[in-house]
Amino acid sequence: MSTLRCTPLRDFHAAHGARLVDFAGWEMPVQYHSILEEHKAVRRAAGLVDVSHMGEVAIEGSAALAYLQRLLPNDIARLAPGGVLYSPMCNASGGTVDDLLVYRRGPDEFLLCINAGNIAKDLAWLREQSAGFAVTLADRSDAYALLALQGPRALEILQPLTRSPLAQLRYYHFCEGTVAGTPCLISRTGYTGEDGFELYHAPDAAPRLAQTLLDAGTPHGMVLAGLGARDSLRLEAGYPLHGHELSDEISPLAAGLGWTVKFDKGIDFIGRAALQAEKLNGSPRRVIFFRTGDRRIVRHGTPVLGATGATVGQVLSGTLSPILNEAIGSALIDSAATNQPLTAEIRGTAIALHRVQPPFIPLKKSP
Amino acid sequence: MSHSDLPPELRYAKTHEWLNLATDGTATIGITKHAQDALGDITFVQLPRVGTVLKTGEVFGVVESVKSASDLYVPVAGTVLAVNEELELAPELVNRAPYDEGWMIRLAVADPSEATALMGAAAYAQSLP
Repeated sequence: MSTLRCTPLRDFHAAHGARLVDFAGWEMPVQYHSILEEHKAVRRAAGLVDVSHMGEVAIEGSAALAYLQRLLPNDIARLAPGGVLYSPMCNASGGTVDDLLVYRRGPDEFLLCINAGNIAKDLAWLREQSAGFAVTLADRSDAYALLALQGPRALEILQPLTRSPLAQLRYYHFCEGTVAGTPCLISRTGYTGEDGFELYHAPDAAPRLAQTLLDAGTPHGMVLAGLGARDSLRLEAGYPLHGHELSDEISPLAAGLGWTVKFDKGIDFIGRAALQAEKLNGSPRRVIFFRTGDRRIVRHGTPVLGATGATVGQVLSGTLSPILNEAIGSALIDSAATNQPLTAEIRGTAIALHRVQPPFIPLKKSP
Repeated sequence: MSHSDLPPELRYAKTHEWLNLATDGTATIGITKHAQDALGDITFVQLPRVGTVLKTGEVFGVVESVKSASDLYVPVAGTVLAVNEELELAPELVNRAPYDEGWMIRLAVADPSEATALMGAAAYAQSLP
């Protein structure tokens, strides 16, 4: 058992009553007081989530764009400085190594934000694929703490703390500024389906910044939210989580993320041939989302049964939607069975899985 | 946990159920504050049918939280007289009031001496980490 890593906010979390758990090798708050209440507070007002465990990789050099165009299925050339783009990162078979955000800081300067559990694997992959490209890769994961301020009141809470004009910052754009005196990369992004900001900043400033944001947000109904609420928020929004809806075996096409795969960008990106074939022939299995009308959670790994009672897939993610007050989830299903009535068994009771096109609730994120 | 947080009139099982034995030989059963706190937000409680006959230590239901589903064990043998139907729509009562509105089943106890053999508040408090 290796020692858990912690973010610079570990003591801040403990002081605020967090329940700390092992999350991908990190000691992280799963909740402070109640996952359900933290979730609802984010939808109603705002929540502050420590996501400092996420990894950051700086990619610079004259071939940085060419390298990313080869590495990623999305079209990085469409990204202007100040823009953010979501992309899967695929292997040669079209499976998903990770999914990530690309920040373009200048013509030849990019920053990737990657999943905490995949940092070592991604770095090895990024380095392996960089052969022949005039780029430098630098693991900057220890240089950044990351706080996500999410919810409809996020703008009101953050604006008094910064001179950067946030109303002019469009969704999936970022600026460099200061928040309460702390230099930050201010990104109008998030993983909740709400409007919000993600603040990349120096780790030693994190405790003071978190406390300042908490003091500023509390009068607006903001709460500290843990990774439990973050997971139910992202599932309600229909966003994938790598290791669940995306994996080495689940391509972005199978996951319903065809919009991130730009076959027409004129670059032979890694996985292109396999993904082209998958698009032509259809994915053998597909990710679907479901609601049940029942409060029993259909959990990860539960077999999904088709019309004849045969197993046609399995559940990838499952939780109780605190907004709909019923179990929701995702499953990987044999494509031939996606139109059959689907059920899952919980303790001997068959639960019908009703297919839903996500998001499960109308999202209010800014245009 | 100090034992002053635990109702002194209740008996406790090491599997974190509490039991309140009435003079008429019936007992009310639920889970302790410690148990609901460890589970987190409770989202579903599955309870037995009235009339079910339970042996000591048998599973009488399941309590689900966002993160897990856990079996509930009946600390004494008996027959189910009533179940808390409020929990079907409001399982969060177990979080909010584990010793009151969050009760789970009422039992006709087969052998009341089984109930008195369970832990008192002080012994249960000592058994907690």
